[in-house]
Amino acid sequence: MEILIYGTINSAALALYALGFAMVYGVSRLPNFAHGALFVLSGFMTWYFLNSLELNYFISIILTLIATGVIGALIYQFILIRIRGMEISEIMATYAMGLAILEGLRWGGFKGMTYTLPAFISGSVDVFGVSVDYQRLLVVVIGGAVVGLLWLFTHYTRMGLALRGMAQDERAALMLGIDSDRMALVAMAFGSSLAALAAICLLPLGNIVVEAGYNVLILAIAVCIVGGLGSWMGAVLAAFLIGFAQILTVVYLGAHFQMVVALLAIIVTLIIRPSGLFGRQKELEERV
Amino acid sequence: MSVKTGQHRQERIDRGIRIRSDGIYALMSWRELSYLTVPRLALIVGMLVLPLVLPGMYWQRVVSIACIYALLAISFDFLAHFVGLVCLGGAFFVGTGGYLAAILNTSFGLPPLVTIPLASILGAALCTLLLLPCLPLRGVYFAIVSLMYPLFAMRVIEALNILGGTDGILGIDSFSSRWVEQYTVIGAVLLFLFGTRRLVNMDIGLVLRGVKDNDQAIRASGMNITRYKTLAVFIASAMGCMGGAILVHIYMWSGISQFALDFSILPIAATVIGGSGTLAGAVIGCLILVPISELLRDFGTLRIVFYAVILMGFIVFRSEGLLVYGQRKYHQFQRWTRL
Repeated sequence: MEILIYGTINSAALALYALGFAMVYGVSRLPNFAHGALFVLSGFMTWYFLNSLELNYFISIILTLIATGVIGALIYQFILIRIRGMEISEIMATYAMGLAILEGLRWGGFKGMTYTLPAFISGSVDVFGVSVDYQRLLVVVIGGAVVGLLWLFTHYTRMGLALRGMAQDERAALMLGIDSDRMALVAMAFGSSLAALAAICLLPLGNIVVEAGYNVLILAIAVCIVGGLGSWMGAVLAAFLIGFAQILTVVYLGAHFQMVVALLAIIVTLIIRPSGLFGRQKELEERV
Repeated sequence: MSVKTGQHRQERIDRGIRIRSDGIYALMSWRELSYLTVPRLALIVGMLVLPLVLPGMYWQRVVSIACIYALLAISFDFLAHFVGLVCLGGAFFVGTGGYLAAILNTSFGLPPLVTIPLASILGAALCTLLLLPCLPLRGVYFAIVSLMYPLFAMRVIEALNILGGTDGILGIDSFSSRWVEQYTVIGAVLLFLFGTRRLVNMDIGLVLRGVKDNDQAIRASGMNITRYKTLAVFIASAMGCMGGAILVHIYMWSGISQFALDFSILPIAATVIGGSGTLAGAVIGCLILVPISELLRDFGTLRIVFYAVILMGFIVFRSEGLLVYGQRKYHQFQRWTRL
């Protein structure tokens, strides 16, 4: 029972980590290696709003979501737009950007165990005989809500449909009058906000540390690759796969192996089926 | 120059010495001969003299480290721009070579000058074997999978607590003197630099470039792509492993930090700054970037921010790099002509 409950929570957390990355890659084929950095950055931003400017928790959250979205949009508009389509340059530029943000935060003194965010609701509740605190339950609820809302957004609104059109066939979308750069900008802003949302939900469970940025990036990539780069529903399913696999290894092998599972999942998936378990196979683009 | 734009334009003309292609020259005089050899000799002599003119142990050590990064940068440049495999996991080569050299030295008692070549070859074989299943992957997929290899190795060593775990392997012999250390590493850089330059201009280099540009055409010519990629990865990982082996003997310690991202990122930054696809540019980039990063050591992690920003700036705004720019200025002259 414990495995089932904590597996679900872990999976929801992974889905939250990965959705932003999956969204940006799905729409604009842009591997956003600064994802983990945006995650940590928004954590510190909320902390700053909350403790230094002494704003209301709710207001700080909203401000952080907006600010991170704007940062994402600015990054796209001023940097990434110049190198779109050159895959390797994209990877290196976004990675360098993430590195600059993370190490800049570390240099700015944001390190150690002193930075924590308060839980939304403290306390815990018994679920089928297992004690779970409210924050962890909220992660599952918010994770489910975000997936649901994204589904509604991409199926029933003009902008969501435009994003999906871009993801499926950029050239056809262009012919139908969808502005490719604007949509990519929107996707980048949304993806960054999703990273911020994940940070706000998950960081109250522990400390805000710079190192988390690298781990979040690896986990997000793991989920997206196993699910198939660019496939959103695949990412959600893969989150459950990896989430449960991680909890099982923690229970039976030890906590050290948690990241090994994620990395092994990436390597094995890429070798056997580069388009992921749920992605569409595009044989010639991926391998010779 | 006060020239009105609109009536004049700038034109670029190749110097007469260049005919038809990069490799064929018509030399008519000593002046033309020196025109060709001076840049190459400047690099060779400059690197050989460098340890003699530098003040103190500290900066000599910096040059050694810069040369190790240069080996990695050549290996990255060779794989990325001549074979089309963008390998973001240079740290994997360093770690493998480093640990092998450490084991050969501590368990079998071999001296550094034996362990380095041995670790390079054994390490290259090991890396090639482990990377073999990913070789058919293309573009971004190979980049991501190669980025994950060093991280994976790091976590496995940590989790299984093998090879000394997080403490690493201690008590490794150092070089007999710092001159041996310096000239081993400088010799290795020069050897591999001119070796790979030779290699990419031979027939096999042509095939490798074909693998990069149009692998289906190579396949249609009845050649086995994976065989050529394997060979290229073997050569590149031998360079990386040699860098790792030398590093281990310099620090007298081998640990999981040799799989750290530094060894993957800095060589890439150096290659981009120096000029992609020139090989020599990669070396020059390292010789610029590593000392700057040493000067900024007082600022702690700010130096990582610094070279990340430089890398980003060069990728986005000046993707040709310094050496390509320099070559253009050297081989062509500009003048204003009336329209």
